Amino acid sequence: MRDVAIIGVGCTEFGELWDKSFRELFVEAGISAIEDANVQGGKIDALYVGNMSGGRFIEQEHLGALIADYSGLASLHVPSTRVEAACASGGLALRQGIIAVASGYHDIVIAGGAEKMTDVGVETTTDALAAAADREWEGIMGATFPGLYAMIARLHMHKYGTTQEQLASVAVKNHHNGAMNPIAQFQNEISIETVINSVMVADPLHVFDCSPITDGASAVVLAPADIAHKYTDTPIYVKASAQASGTLSLHDRPDITTLDATVAAANRAYKMAKLTPRDIDFAEVHDCFTIAEICAIEDLGFVKKGEGGKASESGMTALGGDIPINTSGGLKACGHPVGATGVKQAIEVALQLRGEAGKRQVDGAKIGLTHNVGGSGGTAVVHIFSRER
Amino acid sequence: MSVGIVSYGAYIPRYRIKIEEIAKVWGNNANSIIDGLMVYEKSVPDMDEDTITIAVEAARNAINRAGINPEKIGAIYTGSESHPYAVKPTSTVVAEAVGATPNLTSADFEFACKAGTAAIQACMGLVGSDMIELGMAIGSDVAQGAPGDALEYTAAAGGVAYIIGKKKTIANIESTYSYTTDTPDFWRREGMPYPEHGGRFTGEPGYFKHVTSAAKGLMERMGTKPSDYDYAVFHQPNGKFPTRVAKILGFSNEQIKQGLVVTRLGNTYSGSCMMGLAATLDIAKPGDRIFMTAFGSGAGSDAFSMTVTDRIDETRNGAPSVEQLLANPIYINYATYAKHKGKIKL
Repeated sequence: MRDVAIIGVGCTEFGELWDKSFRELFVEAGISAIEDANVQGGKIDALYVGNMSGGRFIEQEHLGALIADYSGLASLHVPSTRVEAACASGGLALRQGIIAVASGYHDIVIAGGAEKMTDVGVETTTDALAAAADREWEGIMGATFPGLYAMIARLHMHKYGTTQEQLASVAVKNHHNGAMNPIAQFQNEISIETVINSVMVADPLHVFDCSPITDGASAVVLAPADIAHKYTDTPIYVKASAQASGTLSLHDRPDITTLDATVAAANRAYKMAKLTPRDIDFAEVHDCFTIAEICAIEDLGFVKKGEGGKASESGMTALGGDIPINTSGGLKACGHPVGATGVKQAIEVALQLRGEAGKRQVDGAKIGLTHNVGGSGGTAVVHIFSRER
Repeated sequence: MSVGIVSYGAYIPRYRIKIEEIAKVWGNNANSIIDGLMVYEKSVPDMDEDTITIAVEAARNAINRAGINPEKIGAIYTGSESHPYAVKPTSTVVAEAVGATPNLTSADFEFACKAGTAAIQACMGLVGSDMIELGMAIGSDVAQGAPGDALEYTAAAGGVAYIIGKKKTIANIESTYSYTTDTPDFWRREGMPYPEHGGRFTGEPGYFKHVTSAAKGLMERMGTKPSDYDYAVFHQPNGKFPTRVAKILGFSNEQIKQGLVVTRLGNTYSGSCMMGLAATLDIAKPGDRIFMTAFGSGAGSDAFSMTVTDRIDETRNGAPSVEQLLANPIYINYATYAKHKGKIKL
C-alpha cells in the first residue's frame, strides 16, 4: 500500500444557489481543485463522485458519466464512478479515491461530491433524505431524520442530563465559525436564545438545531505521497481512511445515543494512524443536528460518553478550546449538500493543516480528523490527515 | 397632456379570519407565523362573492368617486388569478354591470399578482394613443390557498379598479417600467384547485430580484431617488417582503406605512399593490409623489412613478376609503371560512 496525499482542493460556495445547476457546481469545484494542484486534465486517471440522490433531486442518474463529460474528461475516457452512502457519500467517494491511489491502481485521482437540493420542493427533499433511513421500518411509519435524531436527543437528555442549552451551544459555536468561512451558507452569529426560541421541528430539536438544505460541490486531488511534492509545497497526508457499517434502523442499536459505526470506524482509523483521540488537534464532525455533534465527539473518543453536552457548553470544542470542532461551521452553518459534505470536511482539514484557514485558523494544527455519517449511523467514514508524512 | 388616474375604487369583503384561528386548526404556532409574515388577519369572501362581484363593487366605487359617465369607458381589463370561468371573460360581466357596454373593448388579464397593474399599463397605452378616452383596469381576486399550505394564512379577497385617462386626473403617471423573466416560482395548472409554489424560491429569485430590478430601473430612467417620493407601495404578499424590499431600495418605513394594508387584509393577489396605492391616494395631498412596484410570480414587476394633482380633494369622499372598507370586520371561525371558500365539498 502506498501513502496518499491531497495535493489540491476546491469548493463552491454553499447555499441556495438558484443560478447554478448540478453540473456547473461540480465543474466549478473540480476546476478549482485541479488549478490548486497544478494538474493538467490529461494526468487525471480517475474520478470518484459522492452523490446521494441525483435521481430524486434533479431526476438525473448516471452522474459519473455526466461529470466526466462536463469536466472535459469524456474524450479522454477517464473512468468516473458515482459513490452513494446517503449523507456519507462524499466521505466514501474520498475513501474510494484514496484506496485507488494507495493500491497503485491509479496515480492522480479526483474525489469529489456534489448535491443540488433546491430544485425540488421541501417535501420532496425531506422524503428523499428519509430514504437514508430504513424505509420499511422507519420511513413508512412516518419517521424523518429530525424525528429520529430527536429520539436520540431525548434519550441523551434523559440518561445524561443533557440540556436544551447544551444542544443550542453547538449551533451557536458552529455559526460563530461559519461567520468566518467565506463559503458558508450562514455567515451570521446566533445566540442560545435564537436557537431555543426558533420554531420546533421535532421536540427537542428546533429549526436552529438542524442543518439546512444546501446546494454545493467540493473536490480534492489525490496523488501518491512519493510524487506529491512535484505538484505542491503543502501536501496533506492521509494517515487513515476507515469505514464502518452499523444497523440501518435506529431501533436495532443496543444504545441509540451511540453510533456504533462511528466508534468502529474511529477505532480502525486510530489504529491505522497509530494515534489516539488525544493526538487529534481538531476535527470536522457530522453535525446534521446539534445532538449529532454531541454524540460524535463522544463516539470519536474526545470526551466520555454522556459528557458531550457539557463539553460543548464549556467551550472545549470552540476555536481556541482543547479540540476545536467544525471550524468550517459544520453542516449546521456551512451547509449540508449531502454528497459534498464529506469532501468539504477534508478540504477544511487540509486548509487548516496548510495554515490557510484565515480568521478561523487553529493555531499549531498538525493532525485533523473528519467524520462523515450516512443516515442515523448506517455508515460512518473517518479520515485522519497530517501535515507530516 | 399626460396620462393618469382619473378615479379609483376599492372593495373588501367584510369577513375576516385571524391567523390564530387558522394556526389552531393545523397545529401551528400562531405567534411565529404572525412574526414571520407580519399578517394578523385576512379577508374572506361571503358565500356568493367571487372575483366578478368584487370587481363590480370596485368598478362601481371608481365610477361613483369621480362621477364618471360609464359610456365613456372605452376599455375594461380585469386582472385576476381566480377568474370564475376558464373560458368566458370576467370583464364583460363587469362592463355590463356598470353600464359600459357595448362600445368598448374588453379582456381578462392573468399574471399572478400583477395582472391588475399590467392592465393599468395597457389602458395607459390606449389612452395615450387616443384610441380611447377612459380605460378601466381592475385587479380582483378571491385568492386560493390549499388547506394547511403556508399560502392559506395570507390568501385573501378584495379588488381595486382604476380609471385611466388624460383629463381631470387625480394623479399623473410620469412613467412606468417593467422587468420580466421566465421564473417559475408559483403556478396553478389548468384544472388544479390550488396553486403550488417553490417554497423559498419565491423570495430571492422571485420577489426580491424582480421588485428591486423594476424599481431601480424606473428610478434610473427618471433620474429620481427614494427620497424624492412622499409614499411608496410594493406588492405585499405578506408584511415582511415589502418592508424588506423598501429597506433594500432605500425607502423608509414612514414612506410605506400608509400603503401597507396587508397586515389587516392579507394578500389580495391582483388587488394587493393596487389596494396599497388606493389607501395611499385616500390621504395623499396635491403635489405628493408616489412610487409603486407590483410583482407577479412567473415572474415580473411593474414600477410606476406618479404625482398627485389638485383634483384629488374633489374626489376624496365620492367612494369608501380603504380604511372604511377595513373597518367593522365580522370575524369567522375556520369552519365558516371553509364553507365560504367552498373548501367543503358535498
